[in-house]
Amino acid sequence: MKIPSVEKFSRDLATETVESVRSASVAKVDARSNALKIAFDDLEGARTQAAQIKDYVLDNLPNLLPQLELKCRLNGIEVHWAKNASSARKTILEICKAAAPEGGSIVKAKSMATEEIHLNKHLIKNGYEVVETDLGEYVVQIDDDTPSHIVTPIIHKNRKQVAKSFEREGLGPYTEVPSELAMQARHHLREKFREAKIGISGVNFAVAESGRIVLVENEGNNRLSTTAPDVHIAVMGLEKVLPSETDLPLFLRLLAGSATGQQMTTYIHMISGPRRKDEMDGPKEVHLVILDNGRSKVLNGPYKEILRCIRCGACLNVCPVYRQASGHAYNNVYSGPLGAVLGPALEGVEKLPDLAKASTLCGSCEEVCPVKIPIPRMLLQLREEANRKGLVKEMIPWSMFSVGSTSGFRWRLGLKMLPLAPIAKHPAKSGWEEFKDLPTKEGRDFRKWWNGRS
Amino acid sequence: MRIRTYARYDAEVSRSASNISQTEPMTTGAPKPKVRLMLTCLCDAFFGEVGIATVRVLEHAGCTVVFDKDQTCCGQPPFNSGDWTAARLAAGHLMRTTLIHKDTVVTPSASCAAMVREGYPMLYTDMAHPEIFELGEYLVQHLKIETWPITAKKMPAKTKVAFHSSCHGRGIGLKGEQRQLLASLPWVELVPFDQGEQCCGFGGAFSANHPSISAGIGMEKLKNILESGADEIVGGDMGCLMQLNGLIKRNKLKIKTRHFSQLLAEGIGE
Repeated sequence: MKIPSVEKFSRDLATETVESVRSASVAKVDARSNALKIAFDDLEGARTQAAQIKDYVLDNLPNLLPQLELKCRLNGIEVHWAKNASSARKTILEICKAAAPEGGSIVKAKSMATEEIHLNKHLIKNGYEVVETDLGEYVVQIDDDTPSHIVTPIIHKNRKQVAKSFEREGLGPYTEVPSELAMQARHHLREKFREAKIGISGVNFAVAESGRIVLVENEGNNRLSTTAPDVHIAVMGLEKVLPSETDLPLFLRLLAGSATGQQMTTYIHMISGPRRKDEMDGPKEVHLVILDNGRSKVLNGPYKEILRCIRCGACLNVCPVYRQASGHAYNNVYSGPLGAVLGPALEGVEKLPDLAKASTLCGSCEEVCPVKIPIPRMLLQLREEANRKGLVKEMIPWSMFSVGSTSGFRWRLGLKMLPLAPIAKHPAKSGWEEFKDLPTKEGRDFRKWWNGRS
Repeated sequence: MRIRTYARYDAEVSRSASNISQTEPMTTGAPKPKVRLMLTCLCDAFFGEVGIATVRVLEHAGCTVVFDKDQTCCGQPPFNSGDWTAARLAAGHLMRTTLIHKDTVVTPSASCAAMVREGYPMLYTDMAHPEIFELGEYLVQHLKIETWPITAKKMPAKTKVAFHSSCHGRGIGLKGEQRQLLASLPWVELVPFDQGEQCCGFGGAFSANHPSISAGIGMEKLKNILESGADEIVGGDMGCLMQLNGLIKRNKLKIKTRHFSQLLAEGIGE
C-alpha cells in the first residue's frame, strides 16, 4: 500500500517544525475571528455578499477582463495576457530585457502567482539577481526553501533558525530578537531597492471599473518594490478582478481580518499607472500580466468556486491536517485545504491524485472562508474523480462492502464474523492499529437486546 | 408519495419495500410520535449500548421506536473514499429499508445524519435533502425538550464531562442541543477545554490511511481535554469517540468516553 504523500511527508517532519506550524496557526485564530466580528455587524451577510460578488466575477470574466484591460491602458498600464506559466515567464523576461538589457537586480514583493509560474528561477537563469523583499520570503530565498503558507511563508521556521540564517548570510551580529533581525534585513534590502531597475509584485485586487491595481501589505516592501524601480511588473491570476471600486471596502476588510486579524493592513496601495508628467517619482512603466494557467478550464468544471479565493490563508490556519503536516507536505505552491483543491484543479487530478484524501472533512475551512468556498464538497468530488479514473488504490475493497451493505442478511452475517477481525490482516486495520487500539465490542449487542424485548 | 420519490433513484425500491421486517413496541394512551431508528454501523458492530440508550431515551421522551432489521449502513465510508458507486448501493438500501416510510428517522450520529442530508443530494443531484434528525436535535428542536426529565430513583455519581461537539454536528447546523441536554443533568459538570471545536482526527478511512496525522490531531485534542480535569469525554458521534478511545487505550490515558444518550439514559433509571 502506497503511503499518501501528505502522510509520508508529515512522518519525516521534525518535531520542532510541527510545533512552529501548530503554535503559529493556532495563535491567531481568535484574533482573526474577533477582527472580523468588529469589522462587520453582519459577518455572515458580508461573507455571503463577497461570495456572490466573486461568483458574479467568475460568470462575467469575458466582460470584466476586457474592461480592466481598457481602463488600465487608459491609465498608462500595459496589459499582457499569459495563457500558461511559460508564456508568462517569457513575457516578463522580455519586459525585463527591455528595461535592463545588461541584467542587474530585480526586487520582488510577495506574490503567489509568481511562485506558481516559478518566475525567480527563470529570471536568475537569464542573468538577473532576484531579491525577495518580504521578510518571510527573503528568509525562504536565502535558505533555498519554498513558502509553506500563502500569507506567512516561514510559519514552519522559528526565530532561532532565522537568526542562524542571517548570521550565515553575514547580515549582522547573531541575534534572536525579532525586531533586530528585521532591522538587519531592512538595512540589507534598502540597498537592493536603490539598485533595482525592476520591481515585481502580485495583485490582490484589480478593479475593472477604474483600471487600478490594489495591493495590501504590512512591511512597506511592496511600496518600495512598486515605486522605487523604473519598471513595475504586476502579475495576477485572472480571477483577481473586481467589478467596482465600491467592492473594495468589503474585500479589504474581509482579507485583512481573515489573513492577519487586522482591521486594515498597514499599507493599501491603489496603483493607477506610471509616474505622470508632473510627478517627481514612481515607476516610468507599469505592466500588468494577467495569468490564466489553467484557470479558464477550472471555470467550467466542478471546482469553479475555488477561484473565489482571495488568498487569505484562513483555511490553512484552522486545518487540523495542515497543522500536523505543514504546507510543504502538499507538494504544491498552494497548500492546506485551498491547495488540496486548487492544486489538482489547476494541474489536473492526475498529477496530485491523493491530495484530496489528506483531510478529515471537518469543515473548519469552509466555516472560516471569507468567500464561503465549499472546500469539503470539492474534496469529496476530487476523491470521486480520482477513484473513477483509477488514480488511487483504495485501502478498503468497497465492492466487498457493497455485498454486505445491500442485504440485511449478509450484513448480519458479516457482523457475526466481526469477532474474527482481530486475527485478520488488512492494511486498513494495520493503519488504524499503528497508533490506536482497535475498537472492541462493548456491552450488550443492540440486535439481541431489541429482539429480546419484543 | 415517498416511495415514488425514492423509486427514481433505485429501481429496487418498490419491489423490496414489502420485505421489511419490523418490530413495534406496545403503545398506550395518546398517540405517540413514531420514530424510525437509524442505528448506524458503528453502534451495530461495536457500541450496542448506545443504540439501546437511544431507544430508551426516545421512548422516555414519549416516542414509539421502530427498527428495521435489514438496515445496514448509510454509505458514508465509501462516499468519503470516492467510491460513489458503492455509496449509492448502500444509500439505496437505506432508502429501501428506512427512509421510504413516512415516519421521522432519528439517528444517534450527526455524521450519519449529515451523510443522508448533505451526501445523498451529491450522489443523486436531483434529490432534495432527505429528512433525518440527529438524536439531540430531534429531542430539543422537535419534541421541545429543554431539560431532560429525570425519573431515576438514585442519582448517578457526579461526573466532570468534557463535551466534544463533532464537526458534522456543526456541519448540519446543530446549535448545542446535545450540550444543552447534558447541562440539564444535575450530576453532570461540563468543563471547558482549550480549542473545544477542534476535530478529533478521525475522518473515517483517513484515520487508517493517514494514521500519523490522524493520531497527532487526536492527541492534541486529548491533551487539551486532560488539562481540563474531566473524568470523561462525552460526544454525539461514535466515530469521534472510537478514535479518541483508540488513542486513550494505546497511551493508557486516564479518561473514558461515552455517548450523550448513555448519560440521558442514566437519568431514566430502571
